[in-house]
Amino acid sequence: MPHLHEEKIKMLEEKAAEIRLDLIEAVINAKSGHVAGPLDMADIFTALYFHELKHDPKHPDSEERDRVVLSNGHICPVLYSTMCHAGYGDVEEFKTTLRKFGSPFQGHPHREYFPAVETSSGPLGSGLSQATGMALGLKMDKKPNQVFALLSDAEHQAGNTWEAAMLAGKHKLDNLTAIVDRNNIQITGMTEDIMPLEPFRAKYEAFNWHVIEINGHDFKEIIGAFETAKAIFEKPVVILAHTIAGKGVSFMEYKYEWHSKPFTPEEAEISLRELKAAREKVKNHA
Amino acid sequence: MLNPKEKLNPKIWDKDVEQAPIRKGFGEGLVVAAEADARVVGLCADLLESTQMLAFQKKFPERFVEIGVAEQNLVTVASGLAAVGKIPFCTSYAMFSPGRNWEQIRTTITYNDRPVKIAGSHAGVSVGPDGGTHQAIEDIAIMRVLPNMCVISPCDSIEAKKATMAAAKTKTPTYLRLAREKSPIVTTADTPFELGKAQVFFAPETGKPQAGIIATGALVHRALLAAKALEEQGIGVTVLNLSTIKPIDTEAIISLAREAGALVTVEEHQIAGGMGSAVAEVVAANSPVPIEFVGVHDKYGQSGTPDQLLEYYGMGQTHIADAVSRVLKRK
Repeated sequence: MPHLHEEKIKMLEEKAAEIRLDLIEAVINAKSGHVAGPLDMADIFTALYFHELKHDPKHPDSEERDRVVLSNGHICPVLYSTMCHAGYGDVEEFKTTLRKFGSPFQGHPHREYFPAVETSSGPLGSGLSQATGMALGLKMDKKPNQVFALLSDAEHQAGNTWEAAMLAGKHKLDNLTAIVDRNNIQITGMTEDIMPLEPFRAKYEAFNWHVIEINGHDFKEIIGAFETAKAIFEKPVVILAHTIAGKGVSFMEYKYEWHSKPFTPEEAEISLRELKAAREKVKNHA
Repeated sequence: MLNPKEKLNPKIWDKDVEQAPIRKGFGEGLVVAAEADARVVGLCADLLESTQMLAFQKKFPERFVEIGVAEQNLVTVASGLAAVGKIPFCTSYAMFSPGRNWEQIRTTITYNDRPVKIAGSHAGVSVGPDGGTHQAIEDIAIMRVLPNMCVISPCDSIEAKKATMAAAKTKTPTYLRLAREKSPIVTTADTPFELGKAQVFFAPETGKPQAGIIATGALVHRALLAAKALEEQGIGVTVLNLSTIKPIDTEAIISLAREAGALVTVEEHQIAGGMGSAVAEVVAANSPVPIEFVGVHDKYGQSGTPDQLLEYYGMGQTHIADAVSRVLKRK
């Protein structure tokens, strides 16, 4: 695969480890916030902002930029952490002010406070529609920008998501890529117990989308999927990213209870210890 | 007498005064706005003809998006289009948009402060035979409560055209409240229009008014008829056309409250939360005077002719005159 030397992958792995550690520090300081989703999407956000996106943190309003719509706004700790590492904000400010009064880093993204985010979000199910509108508008103007919509799996229980999927299929929006965090959890339990989403692939295929399934923690697969998405003509692409909820913290992994939960001091300590160890391991790995 | 400065329709008092649906003016205004600005795009939820977007779609097919029966998608796609520099107008019936998709409007349009224009056609009970499911009488309340949202309720087709053209030029999220049925033409092409400005359409020939009537939408015509009849009985009233409900013209309202000392509000909407409530908020805070509210009293609509329904739900000309009598006793 071009552009993807081992060095680049190591850089991405290091970056993702830092992003995970910083977002957990921020949530611990905030004494509330979501953790399982942010941890499991750290690799994909890293691949987006440090490899795939056409963007310029110095000019967040640039007409040339690709658009990123975070639909499930509650995983914003990973968006903030990644964007700060990319240069859109101050990492220390993020770690100390997340969810606090007057902070750019509101409990759910709010453009008024952090204008570098493309849209405010929180209520689920409306991100794919906005991304579809952006992709439609860019096509009308024959512009080359790509649009990425980041979605949770459970928000596919909302009708609005499928209204958007239908429209994007109708208009063959090949400048639109949706990335679904298939971590199988939601607040009250496992998605397949709450409201089954499978067969997920078949649903999107039925709406005339091209579907790619990947391991959402393997940078070669993530970036390979981005490359494929660009090569697909006359269809929107959805990347079903299979992820491990709470990735990187042993007691959180696969646990729906960690969708959002305050840490005990012991849990905070273990989380930080494990994520620091993971960061060191990646750094020292030749 | 009619305020000569406003250059209103001289045939306004005639029984056969020309009539046109308010939504028609929206359709005409949209085409003019789109000719003037290539950023104007149109979205519709399978109601192309009845929301009067057809002329736009025929002229600018490449700038039109048919969303299908999906009003949540209608406004969120519009938000996305606005995010990449478009000025989207989206149409449906008011009961479905903003009726069905309020949270999407809040989060993706007003919270983001995106210049999406929402045209809600078929507002009010005068929708008629379709019945209560299709008669939006809550839309002013749910739109005016949203920060950043501008709310306009034109009094006739000509004002609707001007309001649509004006809305296309602002960066503000905007709700245009439109009606289905034909209603009397009150204004003319020469009547001045400015967003956010209420206009005195009728005032006593001499002296101060005993009461002020503040009306919005098609009922402005009935308010004028009531005012003329009252004048003939020796009761001088002023009629204010409040087409922009938000941002509200506090100056005009306070001035009328102080001058008249009693107010009646007239709207085809629930009394709770509507234009009258907005007026009461201004009056209570600045120049308290008694107010009577003409509108729907906490009920749903039903099938019938527009006239039958307006009478049944208490929004006829006599109801307006009765409200003036009541408010005068409270002075």
